[in-house]
Amino acid sequence: MTVQMQAKKAFDAQDIERLVQDHQVHRDVYTSQDVYALEMQHLFANVWVFVGHDSQTPKHGDYFTTQIGSQPVIQVRHSDGAIKVLHNRCPHKGTKIAIDRHGNTGTFFRCPYHAWSFETDGRLKAVPLDSGYADTSFETTENANGIKPVGAVRNYRGFIFARLADSGISFEDFFGDSLSSIDNMVDRSPEGRLEVAGPPLRYMHKCNWKMLVENQTDTCHPMVAHQSSAGTAVRIWEELGNPEPRPPAMQIIAPFMSPYEFFEKMGIRTWPNGHGHTGVSHSIHSDYDSIPGYFEAMCATYGETGAKAILDENRHNTIYFPNIMVKGPIQQLRNFIPLGPDKTLVESYIYRLVGAPDELLARTAMYNRMINAPTSIVGHDDLEMYERAQEGLLSDGLEWVNLQRLHPSAPEDFSQEAVENGTTERQMRNQFDAWKTFMTSTMPRGAS
Amino acid sequence: MTDFTRDEIIDFIYAEARMLDEGRYDEWLALWLDDGHYWMPLDYKQDDPHLTTSLLYEDMFMLKLRVRRLKGARTYSQKPKSRCSHVIQRPFVDLLDNEAGRYQTNTAMHYVETRLDDQMLLALTATHDLARVDGALRIAGKRVDLLNCDAAFGNIQLLP
Repeated sequence: MTVQMQAKKAFDAQDIERLVQDHQVHRDVYTSQDVYALEMQHLFANVWVFVGHDSQTPKHGDYFTTQIGSQPVIQVRHSDGAIKVLHNRCPHKGTKIAIDRHGNTGTFFRCPYHAWSFETDGRLKAVPLDSGYADTSFETTENANGIKPVGAVRNYRGFIFARLADSGISFEDFFGDSLSSIDNMVDRSPEGRLEVAGPPLRYMHKCNWKMLVENQTDTCHPMVAHQSSAGTAVRIWEELGNPEPRPPAMQIIAPFMSPYEFFEKMGIRTWPNGHGHTGVSHSIHSDYDSIPGYFEAMCATYGETGAKAILDENRHNTIYFPNIMVKGPIQQLRNFIPLGPDKTLVESYIYRLVGAPDELLARTAMYNRMINAPTSIVGHDDLEMYERAQEGLLSDGLEWVNLQRLHPSAPEDFSQEAVENGTTERQMRNQFDAWKTFMTSTMPRGAS
Repeated sequence: MTDFTRDEIIDFIYAEARMLDEGRYDEWLALWLDDGHYWMPLDYKQDDPHLTTSLLYEDMFMLKLRVRRLKGARTYSQKPKSRCSHVIQRPFVDLLDNEAGRYQTNTAMHYVETRLDDQMLLALTATHDLARVDGALRIAGKRVDLLNCDAAFGNIQLLP
């Protein structure tokens, strides 16, 4: 069976649904410009997308600029202390209101082109020489309202999410119990608070954004793709006579060489709406050296039982569908920002556990640069795999991508939380199930 | 005790760049002191390598690993291998202390890295901390500041 893309025909919901089957997806989901445009129009508008962290904009007027899907937005701290997310576009001629990646705008925004000014929640404040708009019925236009805010914003324990669409699924219904991974990351601070630590790594990938998201729960690639880095690290350490304390690289990189059995037993949990995580029972983050003073600080806040419960959780990668991954045990967040069907910007942020010893942040910063930098010997091989896949998918030899590992004989029910063997591709199937739902919920349906 | 002249220190910087361009990594590693770090900041004028992210902050174990990986049979991102070229301006010798055996240079460079059909040009400033050990110059630390450190990059696989 094949699905042929009709270049001139507009897609309807059934066309999109045909691209995703129980055990496989059509390559057009990764390569087609038309499908990509629909993702931007529907998927990224209908779901809750990560924007930033509230510590990036701590004071009134602090802002930073980013994207939700293809949409340029501003995260800004309003006068009432709340975080607002605004479309970064002057209602006059379209000029971006905020040009810097971050800054402070004072008590109001002022467009650099014609000096229209706006409150920090977007409302139009003043227009120079406004007599020019008298009797023009300007006030009846949508533009007269000011900078348009996104549909909905939620600050969840410091993490800012937004839904572009004015109506749609609620934050709680969309994320459900998956928020436990953010809870665990934040609870690891003895003060229950995170702060962003410096700028993110920015790593450009010539591949589709979904390949990166899928790879976060792909537990059958580390010992293969990363043999050149992790395997070599183990060999050098052995040649040196297994010196203790282990060099940092042995803690951070070597666990990637763990055998299949390790990854099978670590487990994968899936939640409804495309969320899920690897590392249910243990993970590659389980065997780090303990840092003096940290456990004591945690016990002072949570009691010994409470502290142990928080720290015994070693979830590996948690996917918040559609496009971020969170690592609770090392306080990292990776944002896979789509720029085109074959172009993705990956921004990797790290956070400081407020009230914890600096050594934890040092390890987090080390992890970020060793694994996720454009200069990382681990990242190099991942990027190579994605970009080779993006090129390989242009082959007409086969049109379908297989996602069948540990697929059950009966149809899968993604509406219930499930825990399975850590090498299953169920989480990838879960993502495509959600992809199908939120792509098509606002698309026209054909007559069929 | 050997006293190094300005020219000898400058020659050392040129020779190091040539080793990297010619892929003579074992010779290059031998230039380093055991506790040296190769630092490439992520932020413009970053002052701390530890508590915010850097592009690189590598000790000798990581540098050996990086070099060994380049030669590996299953190093997929190096099939085919990358090549690089450093075009360097005459280094400033900012510290020449023969008494203490410590030296520091500041060198502007253009770095080109290529693989398959892609070629990348980076402008950078390298700061070398050098030390005299047993009458020879060694690298105690190297800091590489990319002019566009805050830009998004694809793979940078060799050493600028």
